[in-house]
Amino acid sequence: MNDKLILGGREFTSRFILGSGKYSLDLINAAVKNAGAQIITLALRRANEGGAANILDYIPKGVTLLPNTSGARNADEAVRIARLSRECGCGDFVKIEIMRDSKYLLPDNQETIRATDILANEGFVVMPYMYPDLNVARDLVNAGAASVMPLAAPIGTNKGLATREFIKILIDEIDLPIIVDAGIGRPSQACEAMELGAAAVMANTAIATAGDVPAMAEAFKKAIEAGRTAYLSGLGRVRDTASASSPLTGFLEL
Amino acid sequence: MSNVISAKYITRETDHMQYQPGMDDIGSEVQDEVVARMNAYDASRYTAADVRRALAEDVLSPDDFAALLSPAAAPFLEQLAARAQAETRKHFGNAVQMFTPLYIANYCENYCIYCGFNCHNKIRRAKLDADEIERELQAIAATGLQEILLLTGESRKMSPVEYIGEAVRLARKYFRVIGVEIYPLNVDEYAYLHECGVDYVTVFQETYDADKYETLHLGGHKRIFPYRLNAQERALKGGMRGVGFAALLGLSDFRKDAFATGLHAYLLQRKYPHAEIAFSCPRLRPIINNDKINPKDVHEPQLLQVVCAYRIFMPFASITISTRERAGFRDNIIGIAATKISAGVDVGIGGHSGEDKGDEQFEISDGRSVDEVYAAIESHGLQPVMADYLYV
Repeated sequence: MNDKLILGGREFTSRFILGSGKYSLDLINAAVKNAGAQIITLALRRANEGGAANILDYIPKGVTLLPNTSGARNADEAVRIARLSRECGCGDFVKIEIMRDSKYLLPDNQETIRATDILANEGFVVMPYMYPDLNVARDLVNAGAASVMPLAAPIGTNKGLATREFIKILIDEIDLPIIVDAGIGRPSQACEAMELGAAAVMANTAIATAGDVPAMAEAFKKAIEAGRTAYLSGLGRVRDTASASSPLTGFLEL
Repeated sequence: MSNVISAKYITRETDHMQYQPGMDDIGSEVQDEVVARMNAYDASRYTAADVRRALAEDVLSPDDFAALLSPAAAPFLEQLAARAQAETRKHFGNAVQMFTPLYIANYCENYCIYCGFNCHNKIRRAKLDADEIERELQAIAATGLQEILLLTGESRKMSPVEYIGEAVRLARKYFRVIGVEIYPLNVDEYAYLHECGVDYVTVFQETYDADKYETLHLGGHKRIFPYRLNAQERALKGGMRGVGFAALLGLSDFRKDAFATGLHAYLLQRKYPHAEIAFSCPRLRPIINNDKINPKDVHEPQLLQVVCAYRIFMPFASITISTRERAGFRDNIIGIAATKISAGVDVGIGGHSGEDKGDEQFEISDGRSVDEVYAAIESHGLQPVMADYLYV
């Protein structure tokens, strides 16, 4: 099947973006392999070049790095982190994360638009993490984003598609890939996001906190593939009641 | 830089609740609320039902936090630990940050009767010059650490803000993350240190009970209770990214002090939502010339209860576990609630790169090297993290 995810001119067959935080570095390789992931996020704040326990040393070759700007409190800081990431050789992809709230880590949509605009102009492939708001998503498109990454639930909560209705609106109205990020706690929830029409799912905590990290990565992979196949196959409509074949129009003479 | 009144003018006759000339007074609604709610906190009125209700909450209120700190929660310690562990995993995964403190001077102008650095304690005093600081930094950097906490005794005269600023600039050459644990400063001084490269400021309030505080702090700037209590807010106003809080458990009623510490952090995070919050959980330790000092009624179960209550109340906060505690306690608590651990610790002056030229602040219980602590973290299935921040 020729079903590709295209980001920044690059083609990906996997629709599972794997996080690299919150679990042991020596499990990253197995997790990537079992996830079949072609994109892995990493917090630049964790990448200590040349130091001990440097996460960059543990990411398998051939996987596209998606550095994030976690730690940024405003657009200016996010821009500086992104530039540093490029200088460190982490490539042109960047996931913008701007948080002004240390308790819930909710993204600051306004600052995210501003950072997207600056970085897209500098040639970055910008993937902004955002609170699912249609107007903001449109602004992100206009600012030059390569995708839009709405949160399903507060980061790390494993609560699933709490923002389902709003993510569906983005999927329906925005022409860029909608990648569901944050809050996905179970493979079934990842599958649900894909059935809705999400272009990809990003997950970290759910895998990192599993008893068997590589095995959970594989479970997510299968769920995401199942959801994608279901979406492409055309799901039947959900009805509240059983329906007769033509209760309202049966009177018509053919 | 600010011109704060000389420490020698602050004696046991000085009103400990009055700001002194040169000290920034930024207002005190946070202080007033912390102190009022702490005074109203009666730990004995909570029941097992209150504890169960608190544990069933997703996001805890200050009153839920109070229940978890109460004696009624003691029989639930295993449940507290389980909930704390789940929260820690959710927010930090299995990451444990490593750092070490570097004491650059131990001169002190305060008279705090429980502290080894107090100005009347006969110990060897010392202050490192720029070359010595750099040698210490190099020796620590060679262990692989990337985060450092710079400390001084509390002497504006012997360790002026500019001296600390220069030490920070040197530290920037070798370390990714720099925190300070020094005497409280004014807003412009915090802004200056932030510009030099500091991002985290920790100030131990020791006790939030102002009456008790007065009897323990008999002279020097530290005697001024509100100036110390509002230090974290001044640090945030000065642009710092994160602030750390601590009561020295055992000085006063530890439940009230732990409640006030958590509430202080809670109120500041609400006022400054971007602020990163950190807790330290020190207990009293023996000092030079007084080996009888001990943590009184705060034994390991009580300490664990406090640490778990902090974690469950503020799941996103960083929690540091001190070398005041034994290795076995530290190794286990990082698997439950603490997220930050020091290693290769020397609380004297100059001991990383040569011989100690100044004496220690207190006796440590865990003298393991960076490699040993690193291995211990890994052996518990956790991931040592050397840097989790970028100065931007």
